[in-house]
Amino acid sequence: MNPTSVSPTQLGQPNSTAIGFFILFVGVTLGITYWAARKTKTTSEFFAAGGGVSALQNGFALAGDYMSAASFLGIAGLVATSGFDGLIYSVGWLVGWPVVTFLIAEPLRNLGKYTFADVVAYRLRQTPVRLSAAVGTLTVVSFYLIAQMVGAGNLIHMLFGLSYEMAVVIVGAVMILYVLFGGMIATTWVQIVKAVLLLGGATGLAGAVLYKFGFNPATLFNEAATRYGPQVLAPGALVSNPLETVSLGLALMFGTAGLPHILMRFYTVPDAKAARSSVFYATGLIGYFYLVTFILGFGASVLVGRQAITGVDKGGNMAAPMLAEVVGGTGFLGFISAVAFATILAVVAGLTLSGAAALSHDLWSSVVRKGEAPEHEQLKVARLASLFLGVLAIVLGVVFKGQNVAFMVGLAFAIAASANFPALLLSMAWKGFTTRGAVASMLTGAISSVLLIFLSPTVQVDLLKNATALFPLKNPGIITIPLAFVVGGIVSLLSPEREASSRFAEVKHRMHVGLGKPSPVAAVPSTATASAASTPSATATPSKA
Amino acid sequence: MSGNPQEDALEALAAARWRVAAVLTVATLVAYFGFILLVAFNKPLMGEQLTPGLSVGIVLGAVVIVTAWALTGLYMLWANGKYDRALHQLRR
Repeated sequence: MNPTSVSPTQLGQPNSTAIGFFILFVGVTLGITYWAARKTKTTSEFFAAGGGVSALQNGFALAGDYMSAASFLGIAGLVATSGFDGLIYSVGWLVGWPVVTFLIAEPLRNLGKYTFADVVAYRLRQTPVRLSAAVGTLTVVSFYLIAQMVGAGNLIHMLFGLSYEMAVVIVGAVMILYVLFGGMIATTWVQIVKAVLLLGGATGLAGAVLYKFGFNPATLFNEAATRYGPQVLAPGALVSNPLETVSLGLALMFGTAGLPHILMRFYTVPDAKAARSSVFYATGLIGYFYLVTFILGFGASVLVGRQAITGVDKGGNMAAPMLAEVVGGTGFLGFISAVAFATILAVVAGLTLSGAAALSHDLWSSVVRKGEAPEHEQLKVARLASLFLGVLAIVLGVVFKGQNVAFMVGLAFAIAASANFPALLLSMAWKGFTTRGAVASMLTGAISSVLLIFLSPTVQVDLLKNATALFPLKNPGIITIPLAFVVGGIVSLLSPEREASSRFAEVKHRMHVGLGKPSPVAAVPSTATASAASTPSATATPSKA
Repeated sequence: MSGNPQEDALEALAAARWRVAAVLTVATLVAYFGFILLVAFNKPLMGEQLTPGLSVGIVLGAVVIVTAWALTGLYMLWANGKYDRALHQLRR
C-alpha cells in the first residue's frame, strides 16, 4: 500500500485532489453519456455517431483513442530511465499516421459502414471474408484490452492506493456505461475530453519543467547529460539488433493502419474530406504530445531523479506523476493521476465498441442474418455485444493480474499490421483480389503473428523461462506482413473470381466519388443484389449524370 | 472501360490519387527507416552534440515527427485543392 521508502511522495496514498478530479471527470462524462443516450436511437448512431462528428472533433477523438496510458506514462518513464531510446518509440508510434492518411482514411470512409470488413467484403463473398476479418479484429481487440485493463489495475493501484481488482472493476463498469448507453457519441466525447485533458496536463507539466531551464530544452538535456553521462543523448541498449528494430518499426507503422478502433472512427465523419482532415489534426496532436512526453521524461530524470523513480516502480511508469508532484505539489499529482485514469477509460471504450461492431455487424447481422436483421434487432445485438465485451474485459483484467502483459500491445500491433492491413489495402487497390485470397491473407497474418510471438524470446525466455527461443525476433512484423501480402496475392491468382473483378469498377467509383451524401442504408449488399448488379455499366454510375 | 469520358476521367483521377499516396508513403518510409537505420548503425553520430545537450539523434527524431505531420499536411493541400476540384467536376 505504501511504497514511499525512497522519496516522500504522496503517490499511492488516497489523494483527495486525485479523487476529486476523478469524480469530476466521471460525473461530467456520465452526464455526456446521458445526453448521448437520448440521441442514440439507431445502429448508425450507436456505431458511427450518425456520421455527424466534425473533422476537428474527430481529430481530437482519434488522438484520444490512440494516446494510451502506456504511451504517456511508459514513454516518459523510458526516457527518464534510459534517455534517448524513448524517442525511438515515440517516432514509431507516430509514423503510422501518415500511412493511414494516404492509403486508408478516405477509401475506408467511402466504402464502409461500421467496420473495416465492410471494405474488404464489399465485392467479395460476405460470409468467409467477414468471419476471417472478425477473427483478426477480435484477436487485436482482446490482446489490446488485456494490456489496457492490467495496466489500468496496476496504475490505479499505484496512483490511488485502490486494490487491483477494485480498479479493474471500476474502469470496466464506467466504460460499460459509456458504451452501452451512449455508444459512439458518448465514446467520441469521452475521447475528446480525455485528449484535451491529457494534452493540457502534459503541456502544463512541460511548461513547469522548462520554466526551470529558461525555456530551453537543450539546457534540460544538458543537465541530464551532466548528471547521468552523455550516453543519455544517444541510442542505448534498446537497439541491440538492427533487424529487431526494423521489424518493430514495420509493425508500429502498418499496425496503426490496421487497428479496428482507429479505423472505425473514420465512419463518424460526414465525408472523405472530413476523414482526411481529421487524420491531419490527429497526427499533429499526437506528434506534439510525443515531443512533450520526451521533455517530461528528461525533466523527471533531472528533477525527480532516476533512483527515486525506479524505487517506486521498476518500469519507471510513475515518472510523469512524480514529476507533477515535484513541480506542482499534491494538487498537480492528483490532476495528472486523474488524467491517467481518464486516458485508460477512453481507450478501452473505443476498443470495446470496435469489438462489438465486429460481433454484431460482421458476425450477427451479416453472417448469421445475411443482412436481413431489422434495425431494432441490430441495435439490441450491438448493445448486448458491448455488454459482453465489457464484462469480458473485467474478467480478463482480473485473470491476468500480475502477468507481464507489456508484449500484448506489440502483439496487437503485429496482428493488426499482418492480418488487417494487407487485406484492406489489397481489396482497395487490386482488381484481382478474391475471396479466397482475402481469407488466406487475413488468417495467415493472424496465425503467423500469434505463432511467431509464441516462439519468440518474449514468451519463450521472458515468460516461460526457457533458455532459448525458436524464433529470434521479439516482433514478427518483418516476416508476417510480407507473408500476408504474398499469400493474399498468390491465392488470389490461383482462384480467379469473375464477379469480384467485375465489381471493381464500382468499388473504384465509390471509393473516390463516395455516395454524395451519407446513406443511411446498406453497405452490405447481399449476394443476390451483388450478382444482379454485376455489370459495370449499371453500377459505375449509380447517381446518373 | 473506355468510351465513357466520365469513366476515363475517374480512371485518371484514381490513378493520380494512388500515385500521390504512394510517393508520400515512400517519403514517410524513407524518413522513418533512415532514422531507424542511423540509430541502429551509427550510434556515435547520433550521440554527437550540436550544442551542449542537443544531440544529432534528438534533433533527427524531432525532425522525423515534424516531417510525418508535414507530409500529411502536404497531402491535404493537394487533395483539398486539385483532387477535390476534379472530383467535383466528375460528380456533376
